[in-house]
Amino acid sequence: MSRLPIRLEKSVYIAASASAAGKNEKEGPLGDCFDLTSDDDRFGQDTWEKAESEMQRLALDAALGKAGYGQDSLDAVFAGDLLNQCVASNYGLMSFGIPFFGLYGACSTAAESLILASLLCGAGAKRCAAVTSSHFCSAERQFRFPLEYGGQRTPTAQWTVTAAGAFVLTDDREDVRTDASVKAIPRIAAVMPGIVTDRGIDDLSNMGAAMAPAAADTLTRYFSAGADPGEFDLIVTGDLGREGAEILRDLIASTGRDIRRNHVDCGLLIYDCDGTDRHAGGSGCGCSAAVMASNILSNVRAGVLKRVLFVGTGALMSPLTVNQKGTIPGIAHLCDITGEVTK
Amino acid sequence: MNTDNKTYKKYAAGRAKKSPILKNCASAFASGGAICAAGHGLRRLFIYAGLSDDNAGMLTSSALILIAVLLTGFGVFDTVAKHTGAGTLVPITGFANAVASSAIDSRTEGLVPGIGAKIFTVAGPVLVWGISAGAVWGIVYFLVGAVFMKGGT
Amino acid sequence: MEYLRAFTVGGALCVLAQILIDKTRMSPGRILVIYVVAGVALGAVGLYGPLVEFAGGGATVPLTGFGWLISEGVRKAVDAEGAVGILKGGVSAAAGGITAALFFGAVASLVFRSKPKR
Repeated sequence: MSRLPIRLEKSVYIAASASAAGKNEKEGPLGDCFDLTSDDDRFGQDTWEKAESEMQRLALDAALGKAGYGQDSLDAVFAGDLLNQCVASNYGLMSFGIPFFGLYGACSTAAESLILASLLCGAGAKRCAAVTSSHFCSAERQFRFPLEYGGQRTPTAQWTVTAAGAFVLTDDREDVRTDASVKAIPRIAAVMPGIVTDRGIDDLSNMGAAMAPAAADTLTRYFSAGADPGEFDLIVTGDLGREGAEILRDLIASTGRDIRRNHVDCGLLIYDCDGTDRHAGGSGCGCSAAVMASNILSNVRAGVLKRVLFVGTGALMSPLTVNQKGTIPGIAHLCDITGEVTK
Repeated sequence: MNTDNKTYKKYAAGRAKKSPILKNCASAFASGGAICAAGHGLRRLFIYAGLSDDNAGMLTSSALILIAVLLTGFGVFDTVAKHTGAGTLVPITGFANAVASSAIDSRTEGLVPGIGAKIFTVAGPVLVWGISAGAVWGIVYFLVGAVFMKGGT
Repeated sequence: MEYLRAFTVGGALCVLAQILIDKTRMSPGRILVIYVVAGVALGAVGLYGPLVEFAGGGATVPLTGFGWLISEGVRKAVDAEGAVGILKGGVSAAAGGITAALFFGAVASLVFRSKPKR
């Protein structure tokens, strides 16, 4: 049946991951985890769109460096961002000359690209990459208001994260560079593509509520196929924020399962939200990409986290559908990541 | 929680943290009132300087617009406005901020498709519907006047 | 005393908009449009004029005052020139504010650069 998880027949490993982030993110609780940061969020570029592209380039470049892979050795890269026509990815990764797939899954793109890259790696490709980004300044002006516009945000509103994350995958365990600090190699064991779920939410400043049912659907399907929430050290959702995270825990609890103990949300990890303008937390596909690529996977490599369920969440509306009084559909893609202990 | 969409929407809206409306209203009142009182003072000043009522009013608006545009450019307006809310939005300063912020943000797209077109993103609707409402009023006023003149004299 | 009147009336108009923002999730752009059109309508029925007399800047500085200016302009132009005034009066009366906003905004966009929010 098509709605079951896809278990990877051939093992696929995350050889390396890297992240780039802006100033607000650098000053957040995970600030020290990011590989590259820019104090003016411009990364040396003259437009915000180019700055976002540059973040992607830097992140992939750093990930390739860590893995010790030449750019010519990659079979494909799956990449996405929030901008119209995925321009941040198109322009940012052009210089690598790697066969390219551009994706749009809103904020779920980090998980979406990771799923597709792992499937291609398991299906004959040797090395693939997944890269995603979001930039507050380019997203804000596309989805909401100009940057200098004087508006008020509601307490449920989320803050688009300025960050990019890159993952480099391989189908060969011997192909993963390790040293003494690496206690485990992250392996993608199973994936579960999400289904577009619309529960009628139309409040653009409460996207957590729009995405939570999609995350609940994907997780419930995954648990029903034979996994217990307790098996995982961490269940990491992408960017549900405070509202969405609490709704998700409620929705899962109503199915008789409990994720309260081990659920975290990247949108809440990346900022210290209390008393700041971040309100309900971070959002954007750079949010989960950067948090996974830095903090979470480092902990898997260090052996602290043995099994992690990554659920990338996305809200699939556009400014146009919002103007036409459309509702906000959500989606959530899942990756089951296991740390395979090194000898 | 396999409820229907209506129930879910209600549940989500019900649990969502509400905006601090009393605090927002208090700061909107204070800031908006202050801007209006300042505008009133400016108008007095222009009249004192010998300008006609109409021109004094026009220059008052223009001066407030200039101040708001400068504060927008220096990145001060939005940091103040997140506290003042409608207090800076409703006075002519909010209109000026909408115009200037749209223009500044779209500069990278060029003079014509960027600044020229996008300057109207928020200001355009105000002009279109304000001027159109004025035209409708003009038609009504003219017709009423025409009927009244015929019938009355 | 007149400053207190300006402060109170202007502040009250802002509070009304703040309630609309917080209670109805109406976008700021929509509120500005409603205020301008309301100003035209109130000016047309003759209610806004007395408020301007009473509150001065408290009534002219908010965007309803901009609408009132348009309605007054139209009325005067129709009185003076008949039907052609329908097309001329509104924008003529509001010309200064519109030009100031567009001109200053355009110049500002050439001088300033957009900045990230912190």
